[in-house]
Amino acid sequence: MQLTQTHIDYWHKNLRLTAILLAIWFVATFVVIWFAIPLAEIVIFGWPFSFYMAAQGSLIIYVAIIGFYALTMRKYDNEHGVHEGEDE
Amino acid sequence: MAVSQKSFTQQLKKYYTFYTGGFVTFVVLLAIAEQMGVPTKWIGYCFLVFTILLYAGIGIMSRTLEVSEYYVAGRRVPALFNGMATGADWMSAASFIGMAGTLYLSGFGGLAFIMGWTGGYVLVALLLAPYLRKFGQFTIPDFLGARYGGNIVRSIGVISAIICSFVYVIAQIYGVGLITSRFTGLEFGIGVFVGLAGILVCSFLGGMKAVTWTQVAQYIILIVAYMIPVVWLSVKHTGVPLPQAVYGTVLAKVTDREKVLANDAGEKAVRQIFADRAKAADDKIKGLPGSYQAEKDAVAKKLEDLKAAAAPKAELDAAEKAVKDFPATPEAAKAKWTAEKGAAAGRTGPPLPHATPFPGKDEKARDTAKWNFIGIVFCMMFGTAALPHILMRYYTTPSVQEARVSVFWSLFFIFLLYFTAPALAVLAKYDVYTLVVGSKFSELPAWVNAWQAVDKSLLNITDINKDGIVQLAEIVIGGDLIVLATPEIAGLPYVISGLVAAGGLAAALSTADGLLLTIANALSHDLYYKMINPNASPAVRISVSKFLLLGVAILAAYVTSLKPGDILFLVGAAFSIAASALFPALVMGIFWKRASKWGAITGMLAGLGICLYYMIHTYPFFIKMFGVNAMPLWFGLQPISAGMFGVPVGLATIFVVSLLTPAPDKEVQELVDHVRYPNLAGDIDTRGT
Repeated sequence: MQLTQTHIDYWHKNLRLTAILLAIWFVATFVVIWFAIPLAEIVIFGWPFSFYMAAQGSLIIYVAIIGFYALTMRKYDNEHGVHEGEDE
Repeated sequence: MAVSQKSFTQQLKKYYTFYTGGFVTFVVLLAIAEQMGVPTKWIGYCFLVFTILLYAGIGIMSRTLEVSEYYVAGRRVPALFNGMATGADWMSAASFIGMAGTLYLSGFGGLAFIMGWTGGYVLVALLLAPYLRKFGQFTIPDFLGARYGGNIVRSIGVISAIICSFVYVIAQIYGVGLITSRFTGLEFGIGVFVGLAGILVCSFLGGMKAVTWTQVAQYIILIVAYMIPVVWLSVKHTGVPLPQAVYGTVLAKVTDREKVLANDAGEKAVRQIFADRAKAADDKIKGLPGSYQAEKDAVAKKLEDLKAAAAPKAELDAAEKAVKDFPATPEAAKAKWTAEKGAAAGRTGPPLPHATPFPGKDEKARDTAKWNFIGIVFCMMFGTAALPHILMRYYTTPSVQEARVSVFWSLFFIFLLYFTAPALAVLAKYDVYTLVVGSKFSELPAWVNAWQAVDKSLLNITDINKDGIVQLAEIVIGGDLIVLATPEIAGLPYVISGLVAAGGLAAALSTADGLLLTIANALSHDLYYKMINPNASPAVRISVSKFLLLGVAILAAYVTSLKPGDILFLVGAAFSIAASALFPALVMGIFWKRASKWGAITGMLAGLGICLYYMIHTYPFFIKMFGVNAMPLWFGLQPISAGMFGVPVGLATIFVVSLLTPAPDKEVQELVDHVRYPNLAGDIDTRGT
């Protein structure tokens, strides 16, 4: 089994995507928690912002991250010829 | 394959649409029966018997003697359905019944679990699921064994998987027993074994295949059961049937109400009474041993005085009880008074501000609260990404891409419940703060009286300051009450309460099934087939697995019937253990080719070791059990967050030791490349048979 340049590119793209999405995940989780007390001063529709994030906002971001990852990786699979057959 | 994957998916959609329709019809029929006067007890029975028979039916239809069907459902579960099954597998009795209650009681602090138990799926999706699917064998120790080579790593994997799954399954069987006994009137111990029968009918004949299809059915029931009462409650308080979108306004009202109640004269009077009681108990403890005899005499004298004055019977009975229950020794008295002091001291403060992050009296208390919040989020997330019964589910999809999509559906279906729970907590709080607090004791809502009669630990309202009005400080609520009583708080008929019980049962059964299967498979596949008897025939392997499933189930039920320690702590401990022992080795095995066998061995042992060491030396139950000396908390972190230390130590150890030991050979390098690419020309094949 020999990896070609396109395989290596695929893996690097995957790593970059994973790193960016993990950074968003980190901000939506730990940075929000770290600044929860000052962020609670902002109130939107009755929710203090930090409460909203922890109860709903960050969760929506998590779902979006995973959906985006699945779609983008499918694109990468096709571009680099590593996609699977239909009914494998 | 007889049927193509596409038409198989179509078929499944048809079946489950039909099934959902049938279930809704069933609920409607029971509702009509209730209106016609069928006693509520029978409605409760109907729900339990019908749903368990349903799961049994699916279990029997899915019976199998094929190894790949038994272990990984034939690897043909479409992403959407695997998502639902994972949702049910994931959401336990603690999520379904306990979550909203935890949020009610601890406000912002409880959101740590909401964040942790959803954010962990980001790690599953990005770092694990697609790669494990490509590897495509049967268990998590399988991967560790193949990646690092040799039976040592596999064995540590088996042991870690069993410890965390077993701790977790006890909490589930406990939940099953609780629900069964509450809704049928059976004794707890019998309820446990009845529930166990319900668990085994799902998994015994068909292994993973049967568990998958019952979990999909269970997810549908549990999500319907959770949503209906909350939507109704939202209509009651906001006029909008979308609680998640509008509870912000209710939260603002709750916050205003908290400020009013904090300064209310009646509330202050009740809090003062509790402060006095705490002080009195403290004085008695300080006065020991002399105060023991004095108190004993005082109690006896009070009874004599009341008798002489011909006091009302209720007062006489209370005084007689006080004499009868008086502690036999000064030591027992000290324990009793300390408990009294703690209970009273806990009720002397104003209500906890629900929306405020990390409330605390000074900077230091707020900082500790913040760090513990981070600790719980961290451990729940990394634990999610390491619990074998969840990771195993991604072996069952038809392809790598389906595994990725499947994590999306998993989190989506879990999200539906988790973003509703905070709304439910706020709506229920608003109801209690405005409709119960301030009402007359003679005119309490019907549900309050009903639940007080069921269980005093769930709800207890006593007129402490004898003014005939309910003060918030006079109410004691147990967390589980919120979900169980919501149908009645919202003014719904009993049939919905039955539905909620069926939902709770579905949540507990589905998780228990996934866990028991994980344990039995770790023993039968990894220990028996891979290490003891690699020549075993498929029929023997399945028989061994079923035999072990039964054995583990009975053992777990036995341990549960002993009612061990704090269930919520045990659940948290399972996450910390899984995170510390398994996460570093799994992820580094995929992303770092240099990670070596000895790196993995020492890293797993170090992570697991530090995690267990911290828990054993800081959690009172373990300190007593193992007879060790208590040590101070590190950085003020609670024992539940032991993974905060275990995960970094595990990662660092693997890194350092791998660099000190020889690099893995070419075969392993090829395996790593193999899992990184969904499809590779001239690839090796690692699929399990």
